[in-house]
Amino acid sequence: MESSSGFGPRIIWDSGATVPGLEFLGTFKITETVVVSWGIMIFLVVLSIMATKKLEKIPNRRQLVVETIIGAVNNLTKQTMGEDKMSFAPYMGTLLLFLAISNVLGLIGIRPPTADVNTTIGLALMTFVLIHVSGVRRKGIGGYLKGFAEPLAPMLPLNIISEIATPISLGFRLFGNIVGGLIIMSLVYSALGALSAALFGPNIPPIFQAAIPGVLHVYFDLFAGILQSFIFTMLTMVYIAMAMD
Amino acid sequence: MEQITGRALILAASAIGAGLAMIAGIGPGIGQGFAAGKGAEGVGRQPEAQADIIRTMLLGAAVAETTGIYALVIALVLLFANPLINLL
Repeated sequence: MESSSGFGPRIIWDSGATVPGLEFLGTFKITETVVVSWGIMIFLVVLSIMATKKLEKIPNRRQLVVETIIGAVNNLTKQTMGEDKMSFAPYMGTLLLFLAISNVLGLIGIRPPTADVNTTIGLALMTFVLIHVSGVRRKGIGGYLKGFAEPLAPMLPLNIISEIATPISLGFRLFGNIVGGLIIMSLVYSALGALSAALFGPNIPPIFQAAIPGVLHVYFDLFAGILQSFIFTMLTMVYIAMAMD
Repeated sequence: MEQITGRALILAASAIGAGLAMIAGIGPGIGQGFAAGKGAEGVGRQPEAQADIIRTMLLGAAVAETTGIYALVIALVLLFANPLINLL
């Protein structure tokens, strides 16, 4: 989707023609979203490896921080999903950290990967697959299919529609929140730039852009970003726990 | 009078449509306000359950927000990725 107004992610690299050896992919473009997502993934992997080196019985400060985070995630999973579904805790922790880091990246001027509908729908589809695969694994294929006809058999189409609506609402909720904040922020920045150009002439740097948007950054990037990553993780946990019980 | 092109008409109608779509923002406003009010009531009655109440309230508020987000997505599509222009 090409947008003329320029709120879409920048294209970092365009293959132009098919790449030798990768003809089956066709032509493709690598956007900012992909690059930043891989950056976050590498950051998380390196951080995990470094944080779990030389674990000791008596924790030092670094180990204490890591243990606090892991303990919080485990506790959240236990409270929301129940003791028997603790095997989901690592996935939920990864999801929470990935989303929290990517939403907060707007603070340092990098476009968050979650402001791209491909990222959020992809994550929501992972949740969708997890819901149904763990439902089948827990209840067996018969019990799983029977769950669609509850409480009454005529409810079958409605249940199917609500199952399909789950990943759509999950993905668009995160995307809408983050991209809404992004658009409001860029509108505010261009308005402040126009204001300072009108007052002091175009040759002075746009000084109004310096401190005024800080409040909005705290709300849209920090508060809404952390809240939405928490909500995405919580809803994933609740949906999976509902499918398994 | 100047001739109005089909493209200009579609763009104008899309802008108005995006504005109209955002009327849906009323719904999440009412819903989240109701959730927050009930949450405050619950904390007032049982202050020791504050953490649980806040978590449940945020979850409910996020679900109540869904319709507003749908409206936002429709408004964004109308403004930045208009499918109607290609029908001309």
